[in-house]
Amino acid sequence: MFDSQVISMLLEGIRDTLYMTIVSTLVAYVLGLPLGICLKVTSKDGLKPNKAVYALLDFICNIVRSIPFLILLILLIPFTRLVVGKSYGSTATIVPLVVCAAPYIARMVESSLNEVDPGVIEAAKSMGASNWDIVTKVMLVEARTSLIIGATITTGNILGYSAMSGTVGGGGLGDIAVRYGYYRWQTDIMIITVILLIILFQIIQNVGMKIAGNLDKRK
Amino acid sequence: MNEIVVKNLSKTFAQGEQNVEALKNINLIVETGDIYGIIGMSGAGKSTLVRCFNYLEKPTSGEVLIGDKNLGELSEKELREERSQIAMIFQSFNLLMQKNVIDNICFPLRLQKVSKADARKRAKELLEVVGLSDKAKAYPAQLSGGQKQRVAIARALANNPRILLCDEATSALDPQTTASILELLRDINKKLGITIIVITHQMSVVSEICNKVAIIEKGQVVENGLVEDVFNHPKSSAARELILRGDDNKAGGTVETLNGERKIRIVFTENSSFEPVIANMVLKFQTAVNILRADTRNVGGVAKGEMILGLPEDTELQENIIVYLKERGLEIEEVTGDV
Repeated sequence: MFDSQVISMLLEGIRDTLYMTIVSTLVAYVLGLPLGICLKVTSKDGLKPNKAVYALLDFICNIVRSIPFLILLILLIPFTRLVVGKSYGSTATIVPLVVCAAPYIARMVESSLNEVDPGVIEAAKSMGASNWDIVTKVMLVEARTSLIIGATITTGNILGYSAMSGTVGGGGLGDIAVRYGYYRWQTDIMIITVILLIILFQIIQNVGMKIAGNLDKRK
Repeated sequence: MNEIVVKNLSKTFAQGEQNVEALKNINLIVETGDIYGIIGMSGAGKSTLVRCFNYLEKPTSGEVLIGDKNLGELSEKELREERSQIAMIFQSFNLLMQKNVIDNICFPLRLQKVSKADARKRAKELLEVVGLSDKAKAYPAQLSGGQKQRVAIARALANNPRILLCDEATSALDPQTTASILELLRDINKKLGITIIVITHQMSVVSEICNKVAIIEKGQVVENGLVEDVFNHPKSSAARELILRGDDNKAGGTVETLNGERKIRIVFTENSSFEPVIANMVLKFQTAVNILRADTRNVGGVAKGEMILGLPEDTELQENIIVYLKERGLEIEEVTGDV
């Protein structure tokens, strides 16, 4: 049905999409996880309530999350150029993806940590646990199922957003879908890329949920 | 020796615009080896009070001394070290749900930097103490309430604490399980010499295991002392209410308040409750007395009972009845107003 050129293009698309998704998710978690922990710790009922810090982080998270990704992609072009040296290509797309995902992750982490039973945290305190102990040994461990479900949802979202990178020549399956399907009216290639995206999404979703389920000892 | 000394402790919470005084000028002394009950209705402030014993709640004013250390003067780090000596168990058990039983017990040991191998060894010993050796690999979700509380007790004992605080530890358990947990606590107190503080709203828990009791009402200690003394001669209305009402109102019915009727409270001690004193009295004086309330219960292994009688109007007869009852070794007390 397709010649080898198209197939190798699709394979390259898969590779680029996975590259963008995985690297963006990892980097976004490096920023978003501590940010989410800070939100929880400084919140009113947190381990170290701090109104000013919480209000600031809360504000940043809300501002960034309220900017549509497509606009963010364009707004961040100068910053992207500063960080990776150019404003197009898969690596360049990672920058806006991370900026977009990190505050989102912070919120997910905060809400996962909110699910941890305050009684368990109190018990840990009564045993002489420090705040660091409580975060690393109680909160993150008790909330792990919820955190992994959050990560699965986030990865799926980033996969979807990475498809928009086509607009800035970002590469990946979304780029192919836009170029061939939209600009050249080659519907068959567009459909194939969409199916590939759906399969990738399903794999991420199933693997993530499976891990989360296996790690959940509450039932 | 004094294990816990509480001096002039007060705690105020800011609730919106107004301040709520949760605890008012509390003074208590708990001696080494005591099983000290703190009893009160819900909202009386007993849970806040017990959290002041390990500074999970910092008192607004006053002092808490554990041994010779004033908790208020310790640094954050010293306080954490001290807390490893003051274990605590809870109504809702508060186990780590994502860790199995043995890892839950290892948790406080690992916090104190005990090596993994040593922690496991200690955890296994503790599982034997609480009788759950076969559940080492189970997760809390697979255990019953009583088993969870046993794991929590094992976890609390891990660091060889001097004091064990129990915050409504049996309130979520059925009567049989409650009895077995109380027995375990008594064993721990006897064998390991750990001082135990029992927070509860159940009189039966206090009468079952405590040697001393403090009754707390609206943030104040209204009465405290040896369980026997407080139970036999409750001075405060809160104490009377708790002792007479008993648990779940099983002590029996409403009390008719007969205005103007002279009422006396009789306390049965030692073996007197097995004598049909009241019946004999009625036969002797050929007059009816109004039994307003009667209750007997097991206090510290001795059968105790008490009764409130409404006396006939004749004052001479009243005096004769009182003398008669006193002669038979009963303790008599006038009751005024509502009982």
